[in-house]
Amino acid sequence: MSAKRPGALAWLQATPFALVFLLFLVLPLVLVAAVSTWHASDYELIPAFSAQNYIDVFNGCANTSEMCVTLKTYLSTFKFCFLVWAITLVIGFMVAYFLAFHVRSVGAQTLLFIVCTVPFWTSNVIRMISWVPLLGRNGVINQGLQGLGLIDSPIEWLLFSNFSVVLAFVHLYTMFMIVPIFNSMMRIDRALIEAARDSGASGWQTVWNVVVPLSRTGIIIGSIFVITIVMGDFVTIGVMGGQQIASVGKIIQVQTSYLQFPMAAANAVILLVITLMMIWGLTRLVDIRKEL
Amino acid sequence: MSDTTVPKSLARRSLIKGAAAATGAMAFPYVRAADPITLRYLGTAVNQDKAIAEKFKADTGITIQYIPVTTDDVTKRAVTAPNSFDLIDTEYFSLKKILPTGNLLGIDTKRIKNADKITTLFTKGEVAGKKVGDQGTAPKKVMYVASPTAKEFSATPTQFMTLIPTVYNADTLGIRPDLIKRPIESWKELLNPEFKGKAAILNIPSIGIMDAAMVVEAAGLYKYPDKGNMTKKEIDLTIKTLIEAKKAGQFRALWKDFNESVNLMASGEVVIQSMWSPAVTAVRTKGIACTFQPLKEGYRAWAAGFGVPKTVTGKKADAVYEFINWFLDGWAGAYLNRQGYYSAVLETAKAKMEAYEWAYWMEGKAATQDIKSPNGDLLAKAGSVRDGGSYETRMGGIACWNAIMDENAYMVQKWNEFVAA
Repeated sequence: MSAKRPGALAWLQATPFALVFLLFLVLPLVLVAAVSTWHASDYELIPAFSAQNYIDVFNGCANTSEMCVTLKTYLSTFKFCFLVWAITLVIGFMVAYFLAFHVRSVGAQTLLFIVCTVPFWTSNVIRMISWVPLLGRNGVINQGLQGLGLIDSPIEWLLFSNFSVVLAFVHLYTMFMIVPIFNSMMRIDRALIEAARDSGASGWQTVWNVVVPLSRTGIIIGSIFVITIVMGDFVTIGVMGGQQIASVGKIIQVQTSYLQFPMAAANAVILLVITLMMIWGLTRLVDIRKEL
Repeated sequence: MSDTTVPKSLARRSLIKGAAAATGAMAFPYVRAADPITLRYLGTAVNQDKAIAEKFKADTGITIQYIPVTTDDVTKRAVTAPNSFDLIDTEYFSLKKILPTGNLLGIDTKRIKNADKITTLFTKGEVAGKKVGDQGTAPKKVMYVASPTAKEFSATPTQFMTLIPTVYNADTLGIRPDLIKRPIESWKELLNPEFKGKAAILNIPSIGIMDAAMVVEAAGLYKYPDKGNMTKKEIDLTIKTLIEAKKAGQFRALWKDFNESVNLMASGEVVIQSMWSPAVTAVRTKGIACTFQPLKEGYRAWAAGFGVPKTVTGKKADAVYEFINWFLDGWAGAYLNRQGYYSAVLETAKAKMEAYEWAYWMEGKAATQDIKSPNGDLLAKAGSVRDGGSYETRMGGIACWNAIMDENAYMVQKWNEFVAA
């Protein structure tokens, strides 16, 4: 960047997008924050300025014998977030590595990318319904294992469980890891890898000491995608967890459908703050603006 | 307007339009070839049948544009966006939230031809002269308003109705008789450990809590003064019972979408669950045994009806009234009765049904011929009898109605606790 301050033209160029952000992101967020301090009855919102909604969210959390709903829900959401992040990172890195370093032709790379997007071709409910014949009590896996004589009774935890939720998340969101990591890997100068090999590094050493550090930006961007999606999700957890697993998004959704907007807004503000803190932590690791 | 006064070219044009329908445009004296009107019909997908919109269009030239959303979202839109629809099809229990906003206008019964023929279940809370259970938001409690713009319900019948009933039914548990292999007679079976990991309950808090209350009462744990309006203590007790069952692994899943319940049952993941009548029908049309099991404690009833938003005026308002009149005129009622629902005006629906259909669906008699759904799928073989019997036994067995409680906010909060447990 030059030392010169940006001129009027640069400001003008940035204006349209800034306005879009202001109107469709900043303003709604300010409204959500404002409503979170209001009161509500069954059918109307009553402007007020009180912390009651926030107090209600953490109602009972001082109790040490049993954890309150809010903490329990956040804990469960964090757990999914961590599991999904770890698994998508490993799988995403491997797939991106394969695409970047082992597939030579651009045509084959494009084709394989399209294959990666297949999970997005159907709607959520259809996807859930199609997991049932595979994972269900009378599904392919259970019948196959029973046919082979490996198990006597069907495995119950395959569907409507933590396992199936993580499976569905990984199935859906690995793509968000693959793309940015692949993008970073393609910018790595191939000469560096040759240099590593010439200096006597083994395959693993090259990956760990050369490829991983240079793909850092992609890894962080992919992580931000996956974490923000999983933190706010309520559809996948609902559908794959048999509606029996709580998530913060689900609580907000139930509250809005019962017109308890101030409570929902308070929950949304808390969720937003926590997610922003996680992202802020991630961006400390890499200066994304500098690396891109 | 009648056929004789309509210019020839107009009548002919509407005849061509109606040619697809067997009865054609001549059967109804409404012709609106000029100035096409579209009515935006807000409701749940279960009630929004394509065939009904097509038939109405053929009869009157008015287009119905369906806006399908979930039960909770119908209420939400009625409260927050009354400009986004011309006609609302909502459940009676939602009225407690919608009416105080002033977004609905009372419907003038003088303009509804069959208003006095609407079944006594709605007007008096009676079936065949006998009172039925009125715990919860029974329609008779919220049926009337003193003036079109009133924001409070009238305890006595007046000229203005809040909603004109469309469909109603009495819900109970659905079971897979082939997998349970023994008679089920009580709501308490839903939490019987025998069905551990094979039961489901619906995840719409205001309805799910009523099913749970039926179970609590059937198990002899507590007798509610009014299941439809619990105190905080009663909500705590009900949710505690649910949480204990959930922790013990009783539920395979909770469902929210009608299709989910069909799928859970058809795949055998679940053998006993809260269910809706059309979902049972859907499982059966797949050739899988499924019974909508009548239980000795009675049914949890629900009812939906048409409401008119205050934003609709002039020609559109006339068209809305025309649609409501058409709906009560028999064709739509017969169509709904054949799906296992009940229609608001039984007399006109009967005229449009075959005698053997009426005997099977409404009188609880054995079918003399195969019973088919409106789109031709086989529902019941000749000789079979409808679950729950006749209209009188079934609707007469109502124990409570879907409801909005005074402690609704607290109930939703506790329900979230159950989901998180």
